[in-house]
Amino acid sequence: MTFSPALEQRFEKMLKAYPEGKTRSAVVPMLIYAQDETGAVTEELIQEVAKRCGVSRLQVDEVVGYYSMLHRKPQGKYHVQICTNISCMLVGGTELYEHCSKKLGIGHKQTEPTGLFSLEEVECMGACSWAPTVTVNYDYYHNVTPEMLDQLLEDIRKANR
Amino acid sequence: MADLINLTIDGRAVQAAPGTLVIEAAKKAGIEIPAFCYYEGLSLQGACRMCLVEVEKFPKLQVGCTLPVAEGMVVHTDSPTVQQARKGTLEFLLTNHPLDCPVCDKGGECELQDMVFRYGVGESRYIETKHHVDEKQWSPVVYFDAPRCILCYRCVRVCGEGMGVNALGIVNRGVLAEIGPNEGDHLECDECGNCIDICPVGALTSGIYRYQTRPWEMNHVGTICTHCSGGCKTTLGVRNDQVIRGNNRDRSGINGEFLCLKGRYAFDFLESEERLQTPMKRVDGKLEPISWAEALELAASKLKDAKNPGVIGSTRTTNEESYYLQKFARQGLKTSNIDHIRTGDVTTLIDALSGKTDALATIGDLYTTKAALIIGADLAQQQPFMAYQLRANWRHHQSHTYTITPGPVREDQYSVGAVRCDAGKELDQLESLRDKLKAEASLVIIYGDCVKGDGVRKLVAFGDSLGIPVKYIPLVDYTNSRGALDMGVASDLEPGYKPAAKTGLSVAQMIAAKDLDVLWVVGEDPLRGKDLGSTSAFVIVQDMFLTETAQKADLVLPSASNYEKTGTVTNVTGEVQKLKRAAKTMGAKADLEIMGLIAKEMGLNLGIWTPDKVFDEIRKTVKGYNVPLPVVASGGAAQSQPVNGRVPSNYNPAEIDSDDNTLFTSGTLGRYSKIMNSVMEAPGGLYK
Ligand code: SF4
Ligand code: SF4
Ligand code: SF4
Ligand code: FES
Ligand code: FES
Repeated sequence: MTFSPALEQRFEKMLKAYPEGKTRSAVVPMLIYAQDETGAVTEELIQEVAKRCGVSRLQVDEVVGYYSMLHRKPQGKYHVQICTNISCMLVGGTELYEHCSKKLGIGHKQTEPTGLFSLEEVECMGACSWAPTVTVNYDYYHNVTPEMLDQLLEDIRKANR
Repeated sequence: MADLINLTIDGRAVQAAPGTLVIEAAKKAGIEIPAFCYYEGLSLQGACRMCLVEVEKFPKLQVGCTLPVAEGMVVHTDSPTVQQARKGTLEFLLTNHPLDCPVCDKGGECELQDMVFRYGVGESRYIETKHHVDEKQWSPVVYFDAPRCILCYRCVRVCGEGMGVNALGIVNRGVLAEIGPNEGDHLECDECGNCIDICPVGALTSGIYRYQTRPWEMNHVGTICTHCSGGCKTTLGVRNDQVIRGNNRDRSGINGEFLCLKGRYAFDFLESEERLQTPMKRVDGKLEPISWAEALELAASKLKDAKNPGVIGSTRTTNEESYYLQKFARQGLKTSNIDHIRTGDVTTLIDALSGKTDALATIGDLYTTKAALIIGADLAQQQPFMAYQLRANWRHHQSHTYTITPGPVREDQYSVGAVRCDAGKELDQLESLRDKLKAEASLVIIYGDCVKGDGVRKLVAFGDSLGIPVKYIPLVDYTNSRGALDMGVASDLEPGYKPAAKTGLSVAQMIAAKDLDVLWVVGEDPLRGKDLGSTSAFVIVQDMFLTETAQKADLVLPSASNYEKTGTVTNVTGEVQKLKRAAKTMGAKADLEIMGLIAKEMGLNLGIWTPDKVFDEIRKTVKGYNVPLPVVASGGAAQSQPVNGRVPSNYNPAEIDSDDNTLFTSGTLGRYSKIMNSVMEAPGGLYK
C-alpha cells in the first residue's frame, strides 16, 4: 500500500522521530493521517501500519477499536461532531444535536446518501468555555446556535454544488 | 543488600525489601489481598481493582498490586472501606457477567465465584439487561465466551510475555471490550492452552475438556508428559478411568504451570480406535488375534531358540523397562545386539567432559544462567519448555541468549546474537560469537543433532577456551531418550555408560543384517519406511499401535502407554521423575510385565519385575542413579549424577538423527493423537 508523496514523506520523518525500537509510537498518528487520505481504516491499512511500525496486526486493531476518531467505514466528506456532554448540554448541546439530525435526516454515526455530511454525537471536546461546541472535520465552531449551524451547513452545501 | 523497609499491615509489623509490592509484602506476612489481574511472573496490569487497600495518609484507596512499600507505611487490608470497595468491584464485574455458574464449565474452580463467595454481596443493584455476545471458537482447542471475561489481561500477557506468541489482544472499548485473536476470527498460534489455564473464569475454555465433567468429579493424577524430553509434569484429570484433562495448575513439576499442546491435550491417543487390545500372530500372511497365553508362549519359544537375536528398545518406555530389556538381552538371550534409536549425541559429550564436574546443565539452569547459546535447534518447536524457561530468564533477569541456526527462531525476538548459516555448518560460526561469549559470566550451551561425534569435541574445546564456566545440554527427542541410553539400551554401552563387554549391532546394523533369526522391538518403529534385511527373522513387536514395524511383525503384543504405567523416566537434562498410573488398560499390558512374563515362560531368572523392585536395582547398580528415593517417590525431580570418566564408544554418528518434531508432531505417537492432527498451523511457522 502506498500513499501520496507528501504523506509518504511525512511517515518517513515520523518513523525517525521516535527513539530506536519505539516505532510502535507511530501507530496512532499514522492511522489518523492515513485515514484522512483513504477515508477509512481498512484491513489493508491496518496491515500496512502494522508492517511499517513493526507491530502485529492485532496490536493495530486494538488501537483502532479503542479510539473513537478512527473509523472502519468511510464518513461523509464533512464529518459533523456535536458535543452533548455536560457543559454543552447545559447550554443547548442536546437540542443542537437533535436539530442537526432532523435537518440532515441522519442519526448518530450515519452518513447522507450523497456522502456529503455525516453526523456524530460526541463527548467533551475540551472546548467547554465556548459551549456548545461543534466540529466539522478538524475545524471548531464555538457558541453555536441552531441558526449558525444551519448557515454553516448551507455554506458548505453551496460550496460543493 | 539495601536496608529493609518497615511498614505495618493490619496492625502487624512487616519488613520487606525496597521495591516489594504491598500485595507481596502482605502475602509474606500471611495476609491475603484478593487479586485477579495481578499474576506473579507477568508484568503489572492494575486492571481489575480487586486489590484495593487503605493506606493511611493517602486520600484514596490504593492499588495493592502496583504500590511499592514505603518506610512507615500503614496499610489496612480489611477495613470497612476496603470491604465496601471489594463488594463494589465484584458487583461491577458481575454487571454483564452471566449468573449461570451451575452450567458454566469453570464452576467449582472459578476465581470469580470464589471471590464473590468470600468478599462479595449476594445481590446487585443493576437491573439492566445484560450485554450479550455469542461464544466463539477460535481453534480446535480454544473457545472464548466474552460475557464471562473480566478483562484481567492474564491471557494476553501469558501469550505475549510467557510464550512470545502475542496472539491475543483487547479489541473495542468499554462495555464492548473483549479479547480478540490474532487472525481476526481465529487463532494462529502454539495452541498451548496456557491462556485457557490462566483464565480465572470460564471465558477461555478448552475444546478437549469443556462441558465434560464437573471438576470435583475427577481424580487428579500428576505424571510426566509422554512426548518430548522436557519432562514436564502434567496433572491428568481422570474420571471413570478416562483421562479428560491435562494441566499443571498446582505448579508441582519442574515446568511450573507451563505445558505445551502435547502435554496439555495430546493424551487422546489413549482412546484411539487404533489402540491394540489383543495379541496377534501372523497366520497365512495375516495378523490374527490370539490369547495372551498363546502369545507369551510363542514369544518365549522363539526367543529361547534364537541363535542370533536382535533387540531394539524404546525412547518412551520407562527406565525400569529399558533396564530390564537390556538385562534380558544380555543375560537372558546372551546377545549384545541391543540398541535404541538415538536422537542426539550424549555419549561423546560425557566422554569429552571427562574430568570436569558440574558441566551438565539442568532445565532449571535455563532460568538462572546469565547466558545461553542455542546451536542448531528451534526450541519453540522442538523443546517448548526450554524455550519458555529461557524467555522467562530474559524477562526476569535480563539474561543473554545467542543462537546459531539455519532458519529464524523465536529467540530472535530477544537474542543478543543471532547467527544464520547453512544447516550442518553451525560449528563454523562459533568464532563469530567468541568475543561476546567470553564477556559473559557463565554460559549454557544447548545443541541439537547437528553437533555430534567430533563436532561435540570441537564444541567442548571451544567452551573450554572461553575461560568462563560453561555447562552443556545435549538435546534428545523423547520423554525417555536419555533414560534409554543411561540404562544401557545401547550396542556400545551397558547401564551407567559402562563400555559394553562386546559391542553388538546398532539399530541400523540389525535392520541391515541378513542373518538375524529373531528381532524383538519394544515400543519403537524402526522399520518405518524400511525393510528388514533378514527376511526369515521372526519379528516380535510390543506397541500400542499397529505401526509400520508392527504391520511387518509375526507377533504383536499390545502394550500400555506411560499414562497407564508406574515407573520412572529421565528427562533431557538427567532428572529422574516418577510416572503415576492414571488409567487402566483394556487388554494391553505394561512392557515390563510383558517382558517379565516372557522371562518366566522361558524359565529365566532376571529378578522380580515390578517397577519398584527394578528401580531399587537401578539405584543400586547403575552409576549416577543412586538418587534420593523420597524425592522421586513424592513426585519431585531427582538429578541423576553424570558419569565422570572416559566413555569409549565407536558408535557411528551418522546413526544419530533427531526426528525434528514440531509443536504438532511427536514421532510415531503423534500420528495417533487426533488433537495434534487437528490444529492447522503450518509446522515450523512463527506466525509472523
Ligand atoms: S493457546 Fe497458547 S499460543 Fe495460543 S493464544 Fe493461548 S496462550 Fe497464546
Ligand atoms: S479471557 Fe480470561 S484471562 Fe483473558 S482477560 Fe478475560 S478473564 Fe482474563
Ligand atoms: S514441552 Fe515437552 S514435556 Fe513439556 S508438555 Fe510439551 S511435549 Fe510435554
Ligand atoms: S462538554 Fe462539550 S466541549 Fe466540553
Ligand atoms: S489485582 Fe490489583 S488491580 Fe487487579
